[in-house]
Parts: sequence; C-alpha cells; structure tokens
Amino acid sequence: MPESGEGLKANLNIASGAKPLSVKDMEAIARKIRCHIIAMTGKAGSGHPGGSLSAVEIVTALYFGLLRHNPKDPHWPDRDRFILSKGHAAPLLYAALAECGYFPVEELSTLRQINSRLQGHTDRILTPGVEVSTGSLGQGLSFAVGVALAGRLNLQAYRVYVLLGDGECDEGQVWEAAMAASHFKVDNLVAIVDNNGLQIDGWNRDVMNLEPFNKKWQAFGWQVIDVDGNNLSELISAFNQAKSVKGQPTVVIAHTIKGKGVSFMENKVDFHGTAPTPAEVEIALKGLE
Amino acid sequence: MSPEVSLREAYGHALVEMGKENPDIVVLDADLSKSTMTQYFAKEFPGRFFDCGIAEQNMMGIAAGLAASGKIPFASSFAVFVPGRCFDQIRMSIAYSRFNVKLVVTHGGISVGEDGVSNQSVEDLSLICSLPGLTVIVPADAIEAVQAVKAVAAYEGPCYVRLCRPKLPLVNDNDYHFNLGRAVTMRQGKDVTIIAIGTMVVAALEAANGLQQEGIDCGVLNMSTLKPLDEAAIIQVATSCGAIVTAEEHLEHGGLGSIVAQVVARHRPVPMEFVAIKDTYAESGKAGELLQKYGLTAKDIKQAVHTVLKRKLSASAT
Repeated sequence: MPESGEGLKANLNIASGAKPLSVKDMEAIARKIRCHIIAMTGKAGSGHPGGSLSAVEIVTALYFGLLRHNPKDPHWPDRDRFILSKGHAAPLLYAALAECGYFPVEELSTLRQINSRLQGHTDRILTPGVEVSTGSLGQGLSFAVGVALAGRLNLQAYRVYVLLGDGECDEGQVWEAAMAASHFKVDNLVAIVDNNGLQIDGWNRDVMNLEPFNKKWQAFGWQVIDVDGNNLSELISAFNQAKSVKGQPTVVIAHTIKGKGVSFMENKVDFHGTAPTPAEVEIALKGLE
Repeated sequence: MSPEVSLREAYGHALVEMGKENPDIVVLDADLSKSTMTQYFAKEFPGRFFDCGIAEQNMMGIAAGLAASGKIPFASSFAVFVPGRCFDQIRMSIAYSRFNVKLVVTHGGISVGEDGVSNQSVEDLSLICSLPGLTVIVPADAIEAVQAVKAVAAYEGPCYVRLCRPKLPLVNDNDYHFNLGRAVTMRQGKDVTIIAIGTMVVAALEAANGLQQEGIDCGVLNMSTLKPLDEAAIIQVATSCGAIVTAEEHLEHGGLGSIVAQVVARHRPVPMEFVAIKDTYAESGKAGELLQKYGLTAKDIKQAVHTVLKRKLSASAT
C-alpha cells in the first residue's frame, strides 16, 4: 500500500525538513532525552531511570527515524504505533513525546506529581501519544497483536512496534502473545526487547534464566534480529530489515546497558527503580553535556 | 410455563446478524466457541473470528488492540475464566485504558452443573463490578440477551454481559425493549419487592405468584443492568414497599445483594434479605439439584420474603 500524502507530511513534521535526520542528529536528540530522564526522575524523587536510559536509542530511532506519526493528531488512524509494554520506562516515552511536540517539554517536570498528565506509569487517557495504559508487565505484546490484526483487517499500512523488557519476558502472557502473533502471521509487528540483563532482584540469569532467549523466539515462529541496542545505526537497519519480513513477526533483541550514558548508573540494578539525588542529577547532567 | 430458550444460542445468532450489518464487529474466543456459540460467527465470518486458543489473558489484550483501531471486538469464554483469570488484563488493557471491548461470558453461576466448581462462576460479578468504567449486564432470558448484546454493540465503552449455561423460560415478550441502565418492573407489589438478576428472575416471578395465594402483594424488579445501577428504581421500591429481597446466582458477597444494600443503606434503609450462595463453593450435580441444594429456588425466595416481612412488621411495631 502506498504511503499516503498525509503520512509523508506527518513524517516531515518530525524530520523538520525534506531529509530524514542523520544519525548524528539523532544522537543529539538521544542525549537530550537522557537529560530529560535524569531531570524528571530527579525532580520527582522516584521513578525508573535505569530501564529508561537503556532504551533511549530504541525509542529515538523509532520516533525520529522510523515512525510515520503526527504529534498534532495523536489519533491519526494511519499512524505507525509505538507501544511501551515496559510501562515503567514512562519517563523515556514522555521525553520522546515532548521532544516530538505532543506536549510542551516544560510539562516533563510535572512527572509523578498530583494533577499531572504524566503518571508514574503510562496512562492512555491522560497523555497524548500514549497508545495503551501499561505498568503491569506482560500485557503490551498481546495488545500489539490486536492492533496489528486490526491494521490487516482495515487494509491499513501502519506498522506496530512494541517495546518489552527482558525481565518482563518472565510473564507467561508474553509467550501466549508470541505464539498468537506467529499463528496469525502478523508481519506488520515488530517487538523489541530491551535486553539490559537486569531486573529488580538482580541479573536475569540469577532471578529467572531466559536463555536460550533467541532460540525461544525462533521456536515461537519469530524472525530474530540481534543488535547493539544502544547503537542507532544498527537499530535503524534492523527496523528496516524487518519491513521486508513477510508472513511472520520480527523481534529485535536489543542488547543494551541498563543506565546507559550515566557512568554511575550503568549496569547498576539499584537504579532500576530509584531516582537520582539532586547531587547525582548534577553529576549525571554534566556527564551528558 | 413458556418454552425454554438458550441464551447462548441466542447470543451466537445475534452475533451473526450484527456481523452482517456491521463489518467492524469481530469475535474472539478461547477454544470454547462450541459452548459460547461464537461458532456460528466463526463459520459465517472466518476472517473476522480469532480463536486465541486456551489463552484468555492474551485474548483480552488482543481484543483491546482491535478496539484501539476501531474494531468492535466481542470476546467470549466461560464466566469463571474471564474476570477470574484475566482480572489484571481487563483492569489495565480494557477498563483503565477505556477500550470498546465487549466481554460476553457464558456459564455464569452454578447452573453450569456437572463440571463442578472449577467451571462454575460465583465471584465474577463481584470482581467485574469492582472495576471503574465497566458496564455490567445479566440478562434474564434469551429475548433480553439478544437485546443486551445489541445494546452493548451500539454503546461506546467496555461491557460485560453474563449468560448462563441452561435454557431458561422466557420472562419477556417479543415486544420487550431493553434499556441499558434501567431496571425492568416485571410485577408491581406493595408489600415487598424481589430484585433479581439472570436465572433468578423466573424464580422470583414464581415466588411472587405463590405469595399472592398467601395474600402477599410482591413486586419483582429485573435489575439486568448491574452497572450503571438504576438507583432510582431501588429507592422507589424501598420507599413504596419498605422491604426488599435480592436474588442472584452468585456469592452473597459483592454481587447484586451487596450492591443494592449499599443504595438502600444510603438512601432509604429498609429490611433486606439476600438469596444468594453463602460463603461456599458448590459441587457437581444437575443444575436443578444444585440450585436446590444451595438455596436458589422460588421456595428459598418465598422464605426470604417471609423473613423480611417479619422484620418489616417488627420494625413498624417498635
């Protein structure tokens, strides 16, 4: 199905010009998003910086490189969908949405405060650009399968991207959905696993071993692509490669570093669900300059 | 007694009829299409039917996703496997996210029969009514079931419709008109009113007839929409009768009785009695045997009416 003129226009909205953003431009945006995550969670005094930072490149590549969407019309029916199944990475999604223009960047400082549109975990009704309320893990992939099926039924060309945590894959529902996606042959669906290796109680391999992870997805009938999940070029090429996969869904296993970009947070499980102190915010922001 | 008609069959055929008129209607099931009767839709519209296999939680998410892109998904399974097994999925992906998903469940209550406790649903109304934003309907016969299903298709928002396994006598005429959110006065009475849902409406009518022989003027209200609740109808009968009996095929805790009692306590306190399953699980047996053993017959309702009238009398004497 050809891209609609409207779709192209929407894409240009994001690219702010005829040319798509260069990887270098996207790196700059990724840095900005990291700063937002630190500032937001620092101000809120709670939240999940670690798993937000690990997936910054994934979300940046999608919102600033891949997705056809229109911040002025969040419900545009032909938009590509991004579904944040790991709802605790809400600060990351909010930062990206604000940078796209879904709502003012200044609003990011209201995260987790009373009467804010930016809830601790995503809320579809309150926040423009959020596709489904998440925060109870394991549910986003099922939702994404439904959205993908609707696109096929409606003869719409949109693509569906859903971001899962690796720890989230402990949930049985993820594998119910994985089975259904391949059974229904939804090839307009791409799952991305933020494979940072850590969950609240420790390393995945110690808490609940997921290995052989790739083989599991393969056995469930998925096309599997492994990438360095903190490398924008690799991500973009994986997402483009997924477009040519027919008759089966694709999963991008994005090998990432939890807390990526902030030296004292990298690979530290303590920053899964703990906000940086004001002093740590200062150090982190300096490091990101 | 009027002929007995299956609510599930009526639902299955209504889906086909609606499917012909509205291409956005899609149906999901979890390997029970031959029991929920979504099989008719599956045969007629295979491209719009999704058998999710024995994975109800996943079915809830897929239904939400379909709704998110403009489809009107009807997802069916047994009552016990929907709010029970999928509570968090319904809460997050459907209710809190406010998606237009229609959950139509069959095999509500203990009249499921021989399959026993694992397949009987006695907690589902308590669970589902606790979720903000859901509309909850328990039809009393096949005529009301068809109309309720059509009403929820036309309504924008998440809905839960609870059907039973056995056939039921018709309690409504063919010209009956279902109004979402409105209780149905089946019978006026000035001494006491029985407020009933689902399978218990026919039992309530039978009880009221019997009580008439004893000189008791007994009204019957079919509270088929449990949520949003027709509070005005409850306050009206509390005021006019001064005594209420509720009757439901559900645990006493958290179902119709609790919901009505809250309104009565707040607006018009009058004596109430509750015909429901007492804090217990049932067992295998024939539907009729189970309803008898667990106190869900016209006779039990009559007894409850006598009890509540005694309390009403002693209250007015003091």
